[in-house]
Amino acid sequence: MPGKLKAKIVAGRHLPVMDRASDLTDAFVEVKFGNVTFKTDVYPKSLNPQWNSEWFKFEVDDEDLQDEPLQITVLDHDTYSANDAIGKVYIDIDPLLCSEAATVISGWLPIYDTIHGIRGEINVLVKVDLFNDLNRFRQSSCGVKFFCTTSIPRCYRAVMIHGFVEELVVNEDPEYQWIDRIRTPRASNEARQRLIFLMSGELQRKIGLKVLEMGGNAVVGYLQCFDLEGESGLVVRAIGTACTLEKISTLPATATLPSNSSPSKDIKEPVFGEEGPGVPLSSGPPTPLRAQTFSSFSPSKSYSRQSSSSDTELSLTPKTGMGSGGSAGKEAGPLKALLRQQTQSALEQREYPFFTLTSFPPGFLLHLGGVVSARSVKLLDRIHNPDEPETRDAWWEEIRQEIKSHTKALGCHAVVGYSESTSICEEVCILSASGTAAILSSRFMQDGPLETDHRLSRQPLVFSTGSERVDGDMGSTASLGFEEMVPPGCEFCHIPYDELNIPFPAQLTYCCCCRRYKVPDVLFTTIDLPTEANITGKGCLIQARLCRTKKKAQGEGNAMAISNLLPFLEYELHTQLMNKLKLRGMNALFGLRIQISVGETMLLGLASATGVYLTALPSPGGIQVSGKTPSDITYEQHISNMQKKINDTIAKNKEVYEINPPEVVEEIIGSPIPEPRQRSRLFRSHSESSDEVSEIDLSHGKKDAFVLEIDDTDAVEDIHALLTDSPTPAGFYSCNTEIMPGIQNWTSAIQMFTSVRVFRLNNVNLTNQGLNKVFSDLCENLLKSLYFKLRSLVPCCLCHLNFTVAIPEDELIQVAVTAVAMSFDKELTLENGKQSGDKSLKKENDEQLQFNLELNAEMSSSNLSSPKGLTEVGSHPSAKAPSVDYSSFADRCSSWIEQLRLKAHTIRRGSVKTTSSLEKASPLPEGRSRSLRSNRSYSGSSVAVVRMTPLSFIPGAKIIKYLGIINMFFIRETTSLKEEGGVSGFLHTFIAEVFAMVRAHVAALGGNAVVSYSMKECVFMENPNKNQAQCLINVSGDAVIFVRESEVEAASVHPQSAATQTSNGEGT
Amino acid sequence: MSVELDVFVGNTTIMDKEVYQLWLNGYTVNDAVTLRIEGGVMEECEVLLSDTMDQYRTFQMCERLLHHPAKLANQLLFQIPPDRQAMLIERYYAFDDLFVREVLGKKLSKGTKKDLDDVSSKTGVMLKSCRRQFDNFKRVFKVVEELKGPLVENIRQHFLLPDQLARDYAAIVFFANNRFETGKKKLLYLTFQDFAFCAGQLINNWTLGAVDNMMEDMDVDLDKEFLQDLKDLKILITDKDLLDQHKSLVCTALRGKTNVLNEMEANFKNLSRGLVNIAAKLINAKDVRDFFIDLVEKFIEPCRSDKWTSVDVNLYLTHYTNSAHILDTFKHHSVWTRYMGVIKSCILKMYHE
Repeated sequence: MPGKLKAKIVAGRHLPVMDRASDLTDAFVEVKFGNVTFKTDVYPKSLNPQWNSEWFKFEVDDEDLQDEPLQITVLDHDTYSANDAIGKVYIDIDPLLCSEAATVISGWLPIYDTIHGIRGEINVLVKVDLFNDLNRFRQSSCGVKFFCTTSIPRCYRAVMIHGFVEELVVNEDPEYQWIDRIRTPRASNEARQRLIFLMSGELQRKIGLKVLEMGGNAVVGYLQCFDLEGESGLVVRAIGTACTLEKISTLPATATLPSNSSPSKDIKEPVFGEEGPGVPLSSGPPTPLRAQTFSSFSPSKSYSRQSSSSDTELSLTPKTGMGSGGSAGKEAGPLKALLRQQTQSALEQREYPFFTLTSFPPGFLLHLGGVVSARSVKLLDRIHNPDEPETRDAWWEEIRQEIKSHTKALGCHAVVGYSESTSICEEVCILSASGTAAILSSRFMQDGPLETDHRLSRQPLVFSTGSERVDGDMGSTASLGFEEMVPPGCEFCHIPYDELNIPFPAQLTYCCCCRRYKVPDVLFTTIDLPTEANITGKGCLIQARLCRTKKKAQGEGNAMAISNLLPFLEYELHTQLMNKLKLRGMNALFGLRIQISVGETMLLGLASATGVYLTALPSPGGIQVSGKTPSDITYEQHISNMQKKINDTIAKNKEVYEINPPEVVEEIIGSPIPEPRQRSRLFRSHSESSDEVSEIDLSHGKKDAFVLEIDDTDAVEDIHALLTDSPTPAGFYSCNTEIMPGIQNWTSAIQMFTSVRVFRLNNVNLTNQGLNKVFSDLCENLLKSLYFKLRSLVPCCLCHLNFTVAIPEDELIQVAVTAVAMSFDKELTLENGKQSGDKSLKKENDEQLQFNLELNAEMSSSNLSSPKGLTEVGSHPSAKAPSVDYSSFADRCSSWIEQLRLKAHTIRRGSVKTTSSLEKASPLPEGRSRSLRSNRSYSGSSVAVVRMTPLSFIPGAKIIKYLGIINMFFIRETTSLKEEGGVSGFLHTFIAEVFAMVRAHVAALGGNAVVSYSMKECVFMENPNKNQAQCLINVSGDAVIFVRESEVEAASVHPQSAATQTSNGEGT
Repeated sequence: MSVELDVFVGNTTIMDKEVYQLWLNGYTVNDAVTLRIEGGVMEECEVLLSDTMDQYRTFQMCERLLHHPAKLANQLLFQIPPDRQAMLIERYYAFDDLFVREVLGKKLSKGTKKDLDDVSSKTGVMLKSCRRQFDNFKRVFKVVEELKGPLVENIRQHFLLPDQLARDYAAIVFFANNRFETGKKKLLYLTFQDFAFCAGQLINNWTLGAVDNMMEDMDVDLDKEFLQDLKDLKILITDKDLLDQHKSLVCTALRGKTNVLNEMEANFKNLSRGLVNIAAKLINAKDVRDFFIDLVEKFIEPCRSDKWTSVDVNLYLTHYTNSAHILDTFKHHSVWTRYMGVIKSCILKMYHE
């Protein structure tokens, strides 16, 4: 009996009228945990009841505490008939089970009903007293922390990264049980919600146990998914990365600058002594690493390449051992080999050397091989025994093995940025897994607290604080780069595989940064851009979209047809990606996510990634169009027109994304436009044969042009598709990664949003091309709408722009996206850019100094480098800059907190604003409303502002506490679709309600933001004829407390006050 | 091929002021899109349509909250920054002067609501917008009717309206409650703001709350006792000596200060009778309704036909008021002051040269 759960029901408000006669409600509350139920008294005739109940106490096993949600039901008392349910609240008490997370849940939570939506709110207090249970055989795993964030959480450092954990549980879906025929939709929905709550609790507990077994204390990059398999059941599965995390002491100052920034001095920073007591500072094993890491670097960047993924063919080459060192080359060879052995042994002990993380502490990631992915098509059958989910386990096992072997083929020993997904249609299920093959440093993986671990582990911390201070914090890529002083920048691009034994056709050149190692011509990865990477210009979102029809079929035949289509689909997606990448003059993709969705009569493929120009990789060649039938003059002309268009687009894109790679002087004066001889008809990316590679190192830089031969309609279509992507409007950037490469100075204005579109294909006889166009237009239009909606935030960047596609039923395509728009200061970008040069120089000298000066140094550095510093000073040049012509600057609503807080800020902004046509058109002059506004005080508002973002950070703020994972599942159903505004009205309300519930639960935990938020499932079904619709949404994220940087600075002066300030930080 | 479903939901609810205004003005989605295209926000119809529909949906969802603005601040469904909330409320409760002029003083009943389409076609304000405005009046009226304390303050607190708007609503409520006649032809030259000003004067000086805001009763009704006392002023016109004395005092004081002294002298008795009679009749609810029309007929029109300037009117009324205090046999000084203060400022406001 190791835990006591206590709950108190305080009050309700805004309850619905349940008694038409009196227009009032006689409400009471049932509080249920497990099988125990308590009730409050009936509070008669009120829509704002004050129950003020006693503390209801549940004495329970901690196992149950983890599995079960606390279930609160609000009812209307009825003397003569059955009591009517008003709605329910499920409270996940997991955050209370971990000492470092929340301690109490207290606040107004929306009362939710699956038929009516939110119906008022209830104020509750929930606490847990946990007794220690040291039983080794316990079934619970209380205290293991879970994070959705796919990087080391901001206020922790990784002592050790243990590796992959996975688990799945299955059950029958209540919706498909026989009883569903006789019970009400409400009962059925509630049974389902509850079941999923239970299953995710159980799943989390089981994963927690595995983590404890591995010796870890946390799961990072926790990704939980539902597979609604219909008749055959309900699968909840999760993967994550087990870590041992250590909380960083709250003083930001401890961090200071990365010690290892100077490669030469290396190792022991005595300064850290104070911080890490008892850590021996010998410099043993790390040396090789270090040498390796830093020896090679030059001011620009470098790159590596991509492996084309997908393919099943790769599994043909399970050459083991290939990983070790061939390419390591001269100097560092032996060291590298040594290192590899170490790491490898560490990794080989693991069944799957997979990491769900997408960004890593510096130094962790050594080389990237490329994307590895595997898919398999399965036929679902009923899960007979829920307690033995072996089939599903075996399926995933297969896929993971395949990934593992692909990885080996790429000469790598680990997979980073790993994720798994499914797509289900009737009884066919496509399982997919993908990640990026990589070689990792052993630093975080050895057993025993190596000195390295400690020292290293400090780095993330350094970065987080350092960068956060820089406002965007994320900005980091570059700014961190300087701070670090030695941008190793290119190492991760160097090929990990054997040059002479390349697993796939690729063209290698010497790294443009260090000129010592080979790099591929392009690099595709599923991770975020490493902070240390050297890039040129800015990045952008690149999407490949594809639609393929297929025949309706059943069972095995269907599965077969799908698996036959898959390779083609992947191939074409890949080609599209490659073309679009070249068209933008870029050479690498990060955050690649390929989603394949299956429907009855078609397959959809959507690949999204963020393209960048990695300085280390060679400049991409252009795209050459060639015709097959040169006889016809008009045709020739057509072709040359097209070529011209393409060339123009490339040139324009280079300008837009500021890609001016430092010209590589010596080499290649050859024509940047490919010579005709190269028309070797490569649709495939890599394509230049490998023997050619060996021939001349010098010329590799630019010689390869991508040739598109127009010999069939497909090619025409391809080119057409290439050119029809509408350009991003001025002032906007977009990416699907955490941060936009090349942008740093975020302001604190962020706007998270979810947008869903469903498109009906009425014309059944569409060809593939027709479908493609429709699908592509759908995505483009959605993007256009987003840009339009968010125009008030300009200049801004849409980050984490990941589309999720689905085929809810025949002829319907659903696209959902959850992303965040973050605005940034344009002028400061330049500023910063300029500064960076000087700065890095200066830094070199200052570095040690700064190191010791901690606070002072940090402050000065933040003033220097961070836009924030400038902003606050208010002296910066942007105020005058006439170049800002973005519409309705003044209109930006999401910066309102700041507007209230930092008056200076507002004023500055105001002065920049140029009136937009919109503003002019508005009938009420701004002046008037403003003056009126000032009369009023809204201080009475009791609703705390909760920010939400799919990213792992909040610009301009520092996360000081993680309160626990938010994982919520809701079902909403209606039988009066028309009355609720049709499907759009229905879903609009539902999504708004989900947001509201997430915010309320976060606020009740004491948090003021959700980071790494994602909507993992949005299943929408409608039946307009019956006036019915149903929708399921699953969301997750990490509840956190953040403080504004300005406050942090204030707080650091009075450390004790920091905590208090925090808790009510954004309270108003 | 068609878009079946299209939604956009922001964590911070995105609202476009321009679209909000179009919605408030009663435009349909399609009309709004056309207007926006004409306004040059963007050419692409599809994008605008999608955006406009989203916004309209959002506004519709917010509307029930706007009916009880206090709820907007503590509801959880939409995260709206305070300044936006204020904007939403303010604009929702804003009204067209043309429209309000039509219903001012009318009973806020179903019957009146039925006639709104006439009002709509007469004023050019869309019916939908008329209904919203009418419902706003009615809602405010209903809430305030039951409350004690100062009218303006009550409105401001319950509906979180800016000061000026709260005053305007107070005027509307006050007019509706007392059913002042404002639609007669002779009154048509007066704007809503003229009436609102007068209402403010009446509320501040002639209601029960004006004397003692701790009173149970509220600002909506005129102070009965005061109205009763007004009857005593009749002495000013019934007592001939007093009337002559008053006249000579006023004329002496005005000598040399105006070009229309002769007219003033000639009209003094008529004007004085007019004003005092109005006072004496106010005890009857029916005559209260005719208050403004009486002012116009009995005072403003005669002055205007004699070409008085506002300055003249002001001078005249000032001396007319003050001189009464010097009259030996006149005892009702406080009632006189309270009465004439309001009359004077109302007349000045209503006197358009």
